[in-house]
Amino acid sequence: MPFSLLKYGLNKDYPFEKNADLPVPSELKSSYDVVIIGGGGHGVATAYYLAKYHGITNVAILEKGYLGGGNTARNTAVIRSNYLTSEGVKFYSESVKLFKELSNEFDFNIMYSERGQLTLAHTDATVRSFRQRTEVNKHFGGRTELIGPAEIKELVPTLNMNPAHMPVLAGLWHMDGATARHDAVAWGYAKGATQRGVELHQLTEVTDVIVENGKVTGVKTNRGTIQCGCAVQAVAGHSSLVAAKAGFRMPITTYPLQAMVTQPVKPFLDQMVSSSALHCYVQQTGRGEIVFGGGSDPYPLYNTRSTLDLKEGLLAHAIEMFPFMANLRLMRQWTGITDMTSDYSPIMGLSPVDNYYLDAGWGTWGFKATPICGKTMAELVASGGKVPELIKPFAMDRFNVFRQVNEMGATAASH
Amino acid sequence: MKIMNCPLNGPRNISEFVHGGEVSQMPDPNSCSDMEWADYVFYSDNAIGIVTEWWLHAPSGYWFIAERHTASDEIIRTFDASEIFNQRYEFPIKAEEAVV
Repeated sequence: MPFSLLKYGLNKDYPFEKNADLPVPSELKSSYDVVIIGGGGHGVATAYYLAKYHGITNVAILEKGYLGGGNTARNTAVIRSNYLTSEGVKFYSESVKLFKELSNEFDFNIMYSERGQLTLAHTDATVRSFRQRTEVNKHFGGRTELIGPAEIKELVPTLNMNPAHMPVLAGLWHMDGATARHDAVAWGYAKGATQRGVELHQLTEVTDVIVENGKVTGVKTNRGTIQCGCAVQAVAGHSSLVAAKAGFRMPITTYPLQAMVTQPVKPFLDQMVSSSALHCYVQQTGRGEIVFGGGSDPYPLYNTRSTLDLKEGLLAHAIEMFPFMANLRLMRQWTGITDMTSDYSPIMGLSPVDNYYLDAGWGTWGFKATPICGKTMAELVASGGKVPELIKPFAMDRFNVFRQVNEMGATAASH
Repeated sequence: MKIMNCPLNGPRNISEFVHGGEVSQMPDPNSCSDMEWADYVFYSDNAIGIVTEWWLHAPSGYWFIAERHTASDEIIRTFDASEIFNQRYEFPIKAEEAVV
């Protein structure tokens, strides 16, 4: 062992770029078949599937910051498919299936952990909507049950069954609910994509989108202008701003979303527990920290600042659910900038500009869709604009014909 | 807590206010296309900079207009909606919809 270590230390070829997980391309080429704007989970997943299934590797991912440094690093890493509409459930179920295989596919542990998600109902109206969600989920092969207070008590003994004087009437028990290490998902996809020849350019900001005769032909960046056959926009909270460079408006409003985590404690909470009436969800990470999240801020803003009022409100509710948490201390807080749509569903597919594809409107629910979104966006790009069935309902056009996909009631913490 | 200056009630906690979206010109609902109406209802500039937007002081049910910077969250000015909307808008009723 000491000798082999010494051999590494004296080896001139090590560390060497060819050994790097993520090769750093030095210069931008003058032209690419596909330019992906945004190096978050969605962007790198799209590049990965383009290279893997469609053999398209002349691809540049342009990221103004660093890989997975935006909402990919800021979400609370919840994976679930217990949505309300059949369009939503079908789409997110495919994502859960892909997530289960990702560690094997990457040969890299994304720490996928199937813990189950429990959503609490405090009113008859919520119980009714849970019944519907249970049936829709089962219909599409998901594992979801409506359970009563006795079963809830057994699943989560530490839960207060009468939080904020709102007795828990029932629970939507979604056994497919899981969590994974969000950074690892982005790294795994980026590694797989770059190994196949995709170029990941960090610290490369798109400053303008070049549109000629209604068709995208290139992008200007802080490192020079490049031509492209087509472009994919996957920039989350900054969707409206990049779309404006391409010359169109989007049905999106950007809100901050704040989350926080406590000091680590012994494992006590296996499930992810949420209550839409209390606008709060709680889960314990593999490290023992307890993550709290809620709804977006009450008004739009492009700022990752922290507010005391949101923390007070959210934590008051979290303590109602798990009273002993009042003794814990907060360790970190952070904010993401979320691109909210009015129907709480994403926008995927074509845009008013030809060959310019949209992956936006992911608001507070983007992480869980990373694999299936990348896969379907890659199909869309590879086919030259033929929208896959699975994402047809999520076209931006749906707002023009008043055919929204309403998932507001299925958010973990209603907004 | 952040304070907003209500043109009617003076400085109040921001938690008493509800955001109502960007101020924009309403197209004529009887003559505009579906696309124009959808654009008015759902689409927005969502830009970074000083925007003019509707706000509601919920306890008093009072709608007014504010100029606010969407990155710094600085509230530049709040004023009564009559500064911009100084004429009453009558929704034209189509003949077949009118209750006789």
